Amino acid sequence: MKAIYSLILVLALVVIATLGAGAAKMQTIFAYCVPGTAFAIFVIGFVAKVIGWAKRPVPFRIPTTGGQQQSLDWIVQNKWDNPSTGPQTAMRMLLEVLTFRSLFRNTKVLLKHDDGKNPIVAYVSAKWLWLFALLFHYSFLVIVVRHMRLFLQPVPQFIVAVEFVDSVLQIYTPIVYQTNLLILAGAGFLLARRLLDAKLRYISLVNDYFPLILILSIALSGMYMRYIAKVDVMAIKDVVMGLTTFKFKAVPASIDVSFFVHISLVSTLLAYFPFSKLMHFGGVFLSPTRNLPNDTRMHHHENPWNNPDIKPHSYEAYEDEFREPMFEAGLPLEKTPEEAA
Amino acid sequence: MKLYNGGKIITGLVIFLGIFLAPLAYNAGKAAYTQPKLKMPENEKECIESKEFMRTKHMQLLDQWRDWALRGEGQRFYVNSKGKQFEMSLQKTCMKCHTNKAEFCDKCHNDASVTPYCWDCHIQPEGLKK
Repeated sequence: MKAIYSLILVLALVVIATLGAGAAKMQTIFAYCVPGTAFAIFVIGFVAKVIGWAKRPVPFRIPTTGGQQQSLDWIVQNKWDNPSTGPQTAMRMLLEVLTFRSLFRNTKVLLKHDDGKNPIVAYVSAKWLWLFALLFHYSFLVIVVRHMRLFLQPVPQFIVAVEFVDSVLQIYTPIVYQTNLLILAGAGFLLARRLLDAKLRYISLVNDYFPLILILSIALSGMYMRYIAKVDVMAIKDVVMGLTTFKFKAVPASIDVSFFVHISLVSTLLAYFPFSKLMHFGGVFLSPTRNLPNDTRMHHHENPWNNPDIKPHSYEAYEDEFREPMFEAGLPLEKTPEEAA
Repeated sequence: MKLYNGGKIITGLVIFLGIFLAPLAYNAGKAAYTQPKLKMPENEKECIESKEFMRTKHMQLLDQWRDWALRGEGQRFYVNSKGKQFEMSLQKTCMKCHTNKAEFCDKCHNDASVTPYCWDCHIQPEGLKK
């Protein structure tokens, strides 16, 4: 049901863009106002969200991470899983952000039976999530980078090179980009696992399905523009360059309505981004189990929540305070009242 | 307002803004973009199909021509929507009017960062060398 709500939401956006830019002739609003506003919401919202996180104190280090911590000299430390210095922690962050090592550790619970047919709970490695998440994220990155051909003039050589590699197979006309197919496979898998795995379906919410279906629709609408509608790319570059140079012109009439659908969906994604789970883009850098070195035995970490008015209270001072009643109750004491006197 | 690890987080945000605002900075101060002016043939006014069709679907047409002429039954003539017949040939038909690749094809292809593989097989025309 939640998946269907998300689908209906996305379809509603498609209908709004189709009618708004098509029948209602509001091309200027859909070409300039909507994406411009959405981009501003994205950038300001993103920064505000991260600043909001930065205001939250971290009460303590979280050293409970996989791998052997730094210990005696003859015990080999697992430096990338349980780092104790800054550079080692940077390495762990780099591997997490670029290769998704946390997802690589994903496991699946299975109910197996031994020879005597007794049930055994087994945890087995499940790498599919990691693989398709990598495909999805890197395809998305390449797609965003090669879209810069429409945002930059002259087109930098770097963008041309990315385009070349992405279309190197030279299949079909216009040439199929590999990332187009890979992002569909990646996002399709991420959606399918939520729909097909009963346990995942149970914990999935609208805000899990909505971004997935939205991103799939963005990819599909983009592919529709390129391979089916065959939109007028130069007219679209004219509009997009108007957006990035703030020199807005009348929207050329030759632009197909699918462009407005595509750009409306992208605008929705941008505006929704800072308020959604998609903020893991910024949040991954602030994960306490990833970015805090395990150096609790080397440095004293002061909890920022501590009230400075509350002074340390040693056991000696405690005993001084309660020596008489403790003695009367027969509790063991470091110093008897006679010795203390 | 107190930020914890403010230095590192602000550095990260500056990198974020740098990357996402780079397209605006790259284009800043440049004149408004205009679509390239193509050098149109002087003695011919009409292309094989309508201007709108050629603008968005010429690559599809060329692709079909290649397949029909070379990979199909050797069909070498194309009849357009008005019933006029043309030889399916990039160099003998298209390039007869659009003589200069640099002044015509490349103009849009460069701006849209498109690198068609026509010239992997065809002899490169004069315009390319300029």
